[in-house]
Amino acid sequence: MAERSFAREVEDLKLADGEVFRGEGILAITKALLQCGVGYVAGYQGSPISHLMDVLADAEPILSELGVHFESSASEAAAAATLSASVMYPIRGAVTWKSTVGTNVASDALANLASGGVTGGALIIVGEDYGEGSSIMQERSHAFAMKSQMWLLDPRPNLPSIVKAVEDGFALSEATNTPVMLEVRIRCCHVTGSFVAKDNRRPAYSLAQALENPVRDTSRIVLPPASFQHEKEKVEKRWPAAIEYIRTHRLNETFGDDGRAEIGIVMQGGMYNGVIRALTRLGLADVWGNTRVPLHVLNVTYPLVDDELVAFCRGKRAVLMVEEGAPEYLEQALAHILRKADCPTRLEGKGIFPIAGELTATVMLDAMTAFVERHAPDLLGNRPPVPDARPILADPKVKALADVVPPRPAGFCTGCPERPIFAAMKLVEKELGPHHVAADIGCHLFSILPPFNIGATTMGYGLGPASASAFNVPASKRSIAVMGDGGFWHNGLSSGVGNAVFNKQDGVILIVDNHYSAATGGQDILSSRAFNRLRATNNSIVAAVKGIGAHWVRQIDRTYDVARLRDTLREALTTDEKGPKIIVASSECMLNKQRRIKPLVSAAVKRGERVVRERFGVDEDVCTGDHACIRLSGCPSLSVKHTDDPLKEDPVAAIDNSCVGCGNCGEVSEAAVLCPSFYRADIVQNPTGWDRFLARIRSAAIGFLQRRHAARRIAFPA
Amino acid sequence: MSVLETTSPDGRGGIRREDRPLAVAILAMGGQGGGVLADWIVALAEGSGWVAQTTSVPGVAQRTGATIYYVEMIRARDDASPVLSLMPAAGDVDVVLAAEWMEGGRAILRGLVTPDRTTLIASTHRSFAVVEKERPGDGIGDATAVAEAAGIATKRTIAFDMAALAEASGSVVSASLFGALAGSGALPFSREAFEGAIRAGGVGVEASLRAFAAGFDRAVKAGKPDLPPKGPDKALPEPPERVGQPALDALLVRIRSEVPPAARAMAYAGVRRLTDWQDAAYADAYLSRLKAFLADIPAATTLGFGDAIAVEAARQIAVAMAYDDMYRVADLKIRATRSERVRREVAARADQIVLTTEFMHPRMEEVCSALPARLGAWIESRSGLFRALDRIVNRGRRVRTGTILGFLQLYAVASFKRFRLGALRHGREMAHMEAWLALAAQHLATDPALALEVLKCRRLVKGYSDTHARGLSKYDRVAAMVPRLIGRADAADWVRRLRQAALLDEAGTALDGAVKTIEAMLAEAAT
Repeated sequence: MAERSFAREVEDLKLADGEVFRGEGILAITKALLQCGVGYVAGYQGSPISHLMDVLADAEPILSELGVHFESSASEAAAAATLSASVMYPIRGAVTWKSTVGTNVASDALANLASGGVTGGALIIVGEDYGEGSSIMQERSHAFAMKSQMWLLDPRPNLPSIVKAVEDGFALSEATNTPVMLEVRIRCCHVTGSFVAKDNRRPAYSLAQALENPVRDTSRIVLPPASFQHEKEKVEKRWPAAIEYIRTHRLNETFGDDGRAEIGIVMQGGMYNGVIRALTRLGLADVWGNTRVPLHVLNVTYPLVDDELVAFCRGKRAVLMVEEGAPEYLEQALAHILRKADCPTRLEGKGIFPIAGELTATVMLDAMTAFVERHAPDLLGNRPPVPDARPILADPKVKALADVVPPRPAGFCTGCPERPIFAAMKLVEKELGPHHVAADIGCHLFSILPPFNIGATTMGYGLGPASASAFNVPASKRSIAVMGDGGFWHNGLSSGVGNAVFNKQDGVILIVDNHYSAATGGQDILSSRAFNRLRATNNSIVAAVKGIGAHWVRQIDRTYDVARLRDTLREALTTDEKGPKIIVASSECMLNKQRRIKPLVSAAVKRGERVVRERFGVDEDVCTGDHACIRLSGCPSLSVKHTDDPLKEDPVAAIDNSCVGCGNCGEVSEAAVLCPSFYRADIVQNPTGWDRFLARIRSAAIGFLQRRHAARRIAFPA
Repeated sequence: MSVLETTSPDGRGGIRREDRPLAVAILAMGGQGGGVLADWIVALAEGSGWVAQTTSVPGVAQRTGATIYYVEMIRARDDASPVLSLMPAAGDVDVVLAAEWMEGGRAILRGLVTPDRTTLIASTHRSFAVVEKERPGDGIGDATAVAEAAGIATKRTIAFDMAALAEASGSVVSASLFGALAGSGALPFSREAFEGAIRAGGVGVEASLRAFAAGFDRAVKAGKPDLPPKGPDKALPEPPERVGQPALDALLVRIRSEVPPAARAMAYAGVRRLTDWQDAAYADAYLSRLKAFLADIPAATTLGFGDAIAVEAARQIAVAMAYDDMYRVADLKIRATRSERVRREVAARADQIVLTTEFMHPRMEEVCSALPARLGAWIESRSGLFRALDRIVNRGRRVRTGTILGFLQLYAVASFKRFRLGALRHGREMAHMEAWLALAAQHLATDPALALEVLKCRRLVKGYSDTHARGLSKYDRVAAMVPRLIGRADAADWVRRLRQAALLDEAGTALDGAVKTIEAMLAEAAT
């Protein structure tokens, strides 16, 4: 089960011809796939394409009715390999993942796929996680398209355009026997809008038909001599076919070119809205897309259609290439095209634009201004005032905010079961000193941030243990490698655990198991504990690592037991036993747990059943305001507050009502010998008669003692 | 889609320059409902015949991080679709909605708020970031800086505690923000249209509408923006004439006759604390100690430090004498007022039963120091015995104070507090206090500013077990620097900086840095 239910979005997938779809970009793509008669969809979840996967996972009835197969793949490599079904058979297939990280993982399969080519349309939807809010290295998917010669679509960021790109992508793929990549950036995935839907289509040729009528053609297999033929075929047949298709179907668009303009702008489709807005601010375009500067929009950024570009540039004094990220593949290609065509048009691009980084509104405006000023200043005429925050940002009162506004990176949620794991690691660090900690991808990576500040490197999803493998030398300390359950099943079982067993790695491997692929939205994986009608869950991580040859394996089934985790970690770091020391620390992701149990609990309360709610609190008069507890927690519900006590200068700890009673505060203060100010309150809702009887006796006895205690004290009146 | 080539009479190639979309940026943290708020605004605009678009970059920021949601909207036309931007531009935003006060500051810092355009609607409540909470001292950012920046950066500011309003309505801050947006009149839509958007959303409608109405009402009431709630003022009442208890009234007489007027309220706070901590006699001892210290003050008074030193001495001597130990903890946890406070804090209803459990972890160090001085010292000096006993004592103990037996355990500990003044710990605490006061008193006449700073350094000593030991060691490192600074005009300044550095991080890294800076400075001065 995913983090949220997509029941409403699933309804959108049923829209019929002429009905209007309203919603997010990534869901529009999902609907477009069904409209295109896709036969199968596979992928690996991750921002910004998780919703595509989640909606399809919840759309099982629609998919089975249409005869569409959907699969949550074990990794992006597995997803890419799935496209193999389109090699021999005329079946449309689509796969999706977060790029470039997912494309890295998938590139072996993609390269093989692209070499042999496809019969059915093969679409690879990459969520380009670039720029603000990105959680990965800043690279471009473009290089993958170039190196394997797959075609790359980069549509304008509005729903009709991206839906059309899905349709074009399948058709282009089939017309050229080449897999096609469709690149959608984060904001485009999450942009809202509408498009007029079409009926869903059943796949023209089904997977069952293919299975029952197998086809085999050795010329499509990547093996000499066929592989040499593939290379030739790519340039001699598929490339020209692609150029022809793109040109005749006018996949690229030109706006506002009356043939007389002195300048023009060439751009990736995804940059279109930003370009229009910058020109609008200069008075050269308007919000309806009318423009006085001709625009050539590359909805296909690979391959480029030389004569279209030359035709656009010819006769213009200068053109600007708007291209996000480095290296500037498109600008280089355009320079080459213009040079070959002996076209004297001046080409501008990087230089006017910064070489690296997202093309934000400010960057875009500055670059457009510089370009027009340099090559067609007359156009600007009486300039409208351009929005400019610089004067106000220069004010000392505003500048002073830089020291006051705190950074707010993502962190562990309230009650997160991973928090106590890193609290335990901090405690061990205090005893045994710091260790080299190889981190991994997943929520647990938040340990690198305050307050934990744990983790030295991260090398890729599931590669935490592998990234510590060089440290297999005699030393007085061992390495610690962290990996999540998601990374474990993605590849960590073989690349991490198998590798460590085989090479007799002496380090510690900590597998953080929260029962979901939590960071990507709470999808089920092999070891998820929930029952899933469509998938095989409840496969044990411990059994897997033992099966692969690990001996020192400890399972801790309640990560909130900080003392036990601390002791286990200490043992793993100090035991004489050789080979990898594997700790599997399991507790359910609290975000998902709350989503799961909250409705159940409130229903039970409503029915009048006895329910105990646990919550933590801090006695503010006992707390001394050192905040050691916060440095071992960082829980959003554990905060600080000032009191009216003149003898307490520093704020004291305080727990707010968002506390879910996970127990971490108590366990940590116990294990770390912090302070006695924490208390747990068990709140009995709908108490039974026995509860009430007991409570009466207790309150009589305790009340008596309290009155006695008060009477013995002399005190000033409050 | 091809773009409409309109031939317009404006001679600018068919450009409709006057059409510009309204831009709304929402700054929120994960879990505040920023996405829902953006969806409401889109539904509101679409329901009123406008075209609207929203986008965001939630990514990992869904996990408690800060996120910007961005909405653009424009009145629809039959013959064209707008090209709306996917990200806010500095200087080009009409409304900024900040779901937390510092996020409002972030919006200003990012240039999204400009005086010609922007209405800033911000909730004044604070949700502290980890970097603000984790400091051993007070790391909370200065909220007034945001108010000052807003004063010059916005066209208009609407600021009040929308989280509190929402909570009172059983909803979240996004609903009261939406109400404030409606009440601000910044968007050309009716209240009914706003409420329609909430109804169309279909989730938690009634609670959302209540929070919406509260936000709306508060926003339409014209007036100056609220400042963020400061937290309670320190309770410093002047001492009363008498309270009717002879022992206590004698203390009040002493405060009036012996403590300078400026420090009487603080001394009264000290007397109350120490009476509560031990008894009236102990509070009397406090007043004597204070009086002895202040005896040297006239010299300082001439230099203008008298009052400040008197107040600080009254505060810090009380803090030092009322150190935190297990008797105190037990004493506080068994009170009737505490039971009531817990019920209030956990929001328990009258028909619900609340059972408390305390998390204690005594070590032999604490137990030993609570024993009579000679016995405690005897055990401490026998490390084998000490370790053996530690093995029995040193473990996490959960005391269920909601039960009679659990309560009795703490009750018993609290009852033993009458032996506390003879305990090993007490002697040590008093010796440490005397050394500290002597260090301060040394400079009362010559450098009262330095004396004041030394007094304030008592703030470093706090907490229990390891935390307490760490605080002591930080105090010792600062105190050790004092003699080396004597005679310098900036001695007090340096001690203040050392203290501030000591409160920045747990390990004392910043303190080490400050010490090194001073040592380098002293070395340079010596050559």
